[in-house]
Amino acid sequence: MEEPYSLSAKEIVEKIRGRELKAEDCVLSIFNRIEEVEERVHAYVTLSKELALQKAREIDAKVKNGDVLGRLPGVCIALKDNLCTEGLLTSCSSRILDGFIPPYNATVVDRLLKEDAIIIGKTNMDEFAMGSSTETSYFGATRNPWDSSRVPGGSSGGSAAAVSAEEAVLALGSDTGGSVRCPASFCSIVGLKPTYGLVSRYGLIAYANSLEQIGPLSRNVYDCALLLNVLASYDPKDSTSIRVPSQDYTQFLVDDVSDLKIGIPKEFFGEGIDERVSKVTWESIYTMEKFGVTWEELSLPTLRYTLATYYLIAMSEASSNLARYDGMRYGYSIDDDSKDWSEVYLKNRRIGFGSEVKRRIILGTYALSTGYYDEYYLKALKVRTLIRDDFNKAFKKFDVLLGPTMPIPPFKIGEKIADPLSLYLTDLLTVPANLIGSPAISVPCGFVDDLPVGMQIIAPALREDLLFKVAHIHEQNHGFKDYAPKL
Amino acid sequence: MGKVSKRITEKEVEHVAWLAKIELSEDEKNLFTEQFNSILEYFRVIDEAETDNVQPSFHAVDLAGVLREDIVEPSLSREKALANASKKEKGFFKSPKIL
Amino acid sequence: MVNTKMDRNVKIGLEIHCQLTNLNTKLFCGCSADYRGKPSNTHVCPVCLGIPGSLPVGNKDVVKDAILVALALESKIMSKLLFFRKNYFYPDMPKNFQISQYDKAGGVPIAIGGHVPIQVSNREKKVEIIRIQIEEDPAKLLHQGSIDVSPYTLVDYNRAGIALLEIVTEPCLNSPKEARIFLQKLRSILEHLGVSDGKLEGAMRCDANISLIGGDRVEIKNISSFKEVERALTFEIVRQRSLFSRGRKVEMETRHWDVVRRITISLRTKEAEQDYRYFPELDLVPITISNEAIEKIRRKMPELPDARRKRFMEEYKLPAYDAEVLTGSKALADFFEECVKIYPYAKKISNWIMTDLQRWLHEKNVEIFESRITPQALVSMIRLIDDGTISGKIAKRVLPELIITGKSPEEIVEEKQLLRISSRQEIEKLADKVLEDNPNAVKDALVDEKAVHYLVGQLMKLSKGKADPQLSNVIMKEKLKNLLDK
Repeated sequence: MEEPYSLSAKEIVEKIRGRELKAEDCVLSIFNRIEEVEERVHAYVTLSKELALQKAREIDAKVKNGDVLGRLPGVCIALKDNLCTEGLLTSCSSRILDGFIPPYNATVVDRLLKEDAIIIGKTNMDEFAMGSSTETSYFGATRNPWDSSRVPGGSSGGSAAAVSAEEAVLALGSDTGGSVRCPASFCSIVGLKPTYGLVSRYGLIAYANSLEQIGPLSRNVYDCALLLNVLASYDPKDSTSIRVPSQDYTQFLVDDVSDLKIGIPKEFFGEGIDERVSKVTWESIYTMEKFGVTWEELSLPTLRYTLATYYLIAMSEASSNLARYDGMRYGYSIDDDSKDWSEVYLKNRRIGFGSEVKRRIILGTYALSTGYYDEYYLKALKVRTLIRDDFNKAFKKFDVLLGPTMPIPPFKIGEKIADPLSLYLTDLLTVPANLIGSPAISVPCGFVDDLPVGMQIIAPALREDLLFKVAHIHEQNHGFKDYAPKL
Repeated sequence: MGKVSKRITEKEVEHVAWLAKIELSEDEKNLFTEQFNSILEYFRVIDEAETDNVQPSFHAVDLAGVLREDIVEPSLSREKALANASKKEKGFFKSPKIL
Repeated sequence: MVNTKMDRNVKIGLEIHCQLTNLNTKLFCGCSADYRGKPSNTHVCPVCLGIPGSLPVGNKDVVKDAILVALALESKIMSKLLFFRKNYFYPDMPKNFQISQYDKAGGVPIAIGGHVPIQVSNREKKVEIIRIQIEEDPAKLLHQGSIDVSPYTLVDYNRAGIALLEIVTEPCLNSPKEARIFLQKLRSILEHLGVSDGKLEGAMRCDANISLIGGDRVEIKNISSFKEVERALTFEIVRQRSLFSRGRKVEMETRHWDVVRRITISLRTKEAEQDYRYFPELDLVPITISNEAIEKIRRKMPELPDARRKRFMEEYKLPAYDAEVLTGSKALADFFEECVKIYPYAKKISNWIMTDLQRWLHEKNVEIFESRITPQALVSMIRLIDDGTISGKIAKRVLPELIITGKSPEEIVEEKQLLRISSRQEIEKLADKVLEDNPNAVKDALVDEKAVHYLVGQLMKLSKGKADPQLSNVIMKEKLKNLLDK
């Protein structure tokens, strides 16, 4: 048998239920793997081996007693470090949350625990989810398991790298402008951003609250659906949570997609997209034809505005969401009784926040300020309506839209960090889905110079079923389940 | 309506940073002013979009409003509430002086 | 003595924050709202503490309360419930933004317009309301001494997140007295609606905006009771006038009312540079307020002070003035009606309440609910007068005891031996003593009627007011007649 750490979630659940595998062995196996490769990957901020073993033993006892098990028994899951875990350090990879231990669990964490999943640690991220490379982390960058001189993508880089390097079976990330899909693409794994409101945000430390969702990261499509089953349900603690009848997303992994119409926006392959990335993505599209899908090109002219619209909205929201970090109730604070509260706040936030976070907060404050509100924030919101209309028109004709996830293959660590705008431009293809609240998935579709390339599928709101259908077909075709980086 | 190319000045950066309660060093003020101007210039592409009769979309999707019943839920214990505070005294959080 | 009477050169606008004290929980979380007297930081949760990751969920009953108030003030209720963020930093702010409402940039308050009629110097004045909005209360700050010397501040988040209604008036009040009268009326309305108990500490606070002609607007914060309103505004008028007289300008600023030192202190905030960057609270979703919902609430509206005043005039046949005074506060009006339930002569009750009772409460600087007098006690006292056990004059001495001790009038009369002296024998004895002690007066009295009053007065004095005045009069006149006959 393979090492337990290499097994898929599906296999682990089956084997645990079948008493072929013990949860404790899963945990020990994963932690051995972590010990083996973590120094080279740097995916984790905090590991919780003892708690994981404790939970594993509880599960094994349940199995022994013949008790009813949850839907993810023994599955080792890593959580992005912007998800609140009671009793476990939560940092958002920022100095300003130094020492912060949440007094409560995020709703998704409670749901995972209820289903007998095992939380093994908190993963590295761009500070407060602001970034596309995990380089803005206070704890240093995570490395791409496929090439340690390159970025794993961001901001959920740690979670993606952990799954890719088999340091976790599944992981949770968060996606505000592509932060689950981008690292999924760069690390050659599956990453999904659900419809806005499908997964509770209670306990997700906010960056831009009208744009973000928690999303699963996995090595295959089935595991992604399995995890989404657990995450997707109404939460009264989140006023933006949607009430939908619960469904089993795994049922959409079907081979019959002959009725599906795929739209390919020209702009997804236009200016700014690396030719080689385009080529690899098109190859996947052509091969899907043999399953009976039809595709057609279309134009989405508002795509030229999406990046600017996204950043203006995200920065504005962030400037307000991050105001609470003043050192009074939690986190970093200087110790100087001679200063008044304003001076202390000014210093705490100067020392506690990294440059990118400072930039976004200040720009966001500017965009909301008197005299600029109409020109920047309000204007962006109006353009957002135009973008929504554009996509709604497209979805009348097509079931899903498709293109590459990222415009370029994984870049070198340090290559773009000095030029913020160049980093923002890498989000070109992922931000539209956040602006319109639509679900989108990234699946591996090939390599460019041995560097992973991902393909993105976007569906209308609450149509994750379509995403899984297309992703499944592509996976059958492609065999990316069997990809693994050499570590 | 033609827009005069508006550049953000270092003074404005300083004021906005004060509003956001982030103290900046001289170097940061310099660097940020430069970076902000190139970023804002890129953002101005949205000026080209025709939005005269368009309503702003505050939310991504249309959601139904929710309210909860006026029923008491358990609170945190005082220890839990104060656990993360670096400065506390006799069951209170401690803030620096006001004036 | 400062002339702070109504002066159109003085413009006062008030921003009143009323806690909706009838609610069980806070505005956006399920923490118990019954925090008064509880240990600090025990009515808190991730939401009201602003712990990262927490999200607000609105309280259904807050909306009902807000609609009730808007109906009572005849404000226009808006069709959407929208919350906005008011962004600013301060140590009493758990999130460094307040979830509130806004009337621009796509936002709407819960209601706009409306008015509160008040009586000032026998004229009716309509105090115009600009808007009513729902917002969350910040935490409570405990300074160590006065705000400007306190070396640090202690913060209690029990109050953070409590539901507030902010009611903003036009700057149409022209004196501190008017401000106080308006606040009393507003409080009475809120109490009658049952949404806010103004008696609770901190349940009604206000900020005042005051400008004198030729000066900028000054905001005064931290006025936490009605007694403080008049004081703070009076002080500020004096301060500003003194600046003018020295040729100095009054600049726009925010000042803090120091309750202990009774002065306003400059907070030195760059108030003019403050920018709240209002934008929608996106963790909440807009809610529609239907006309049906509003009508349903309107049908359940309790009796308001003005309606109660009219009813007092009709039902109890009271003059307008009496009715106005009695309905000045819910507690007073309730007290009156409890009395009338057990005693038929409403006007007598009213007289006692409006004169001696109010006077004593005012002198002791307490309100009726802070005193110990009960309706039963007042009524018993009046009955004792009715049946001659004590005189009206004696009753005036009994009343303060009822207020302070809470004892029954019978107990007090007994303890202090205040029974009316109505026995002929006793009064005759007293009369004899008076005649003996006042020979000159007796001489005068034999020829002049008016001098008899003096002697009767002396008798009353000797009896410490207990002697029956009529009988004393009769007996004195008899004795004088006897002397004359002799």
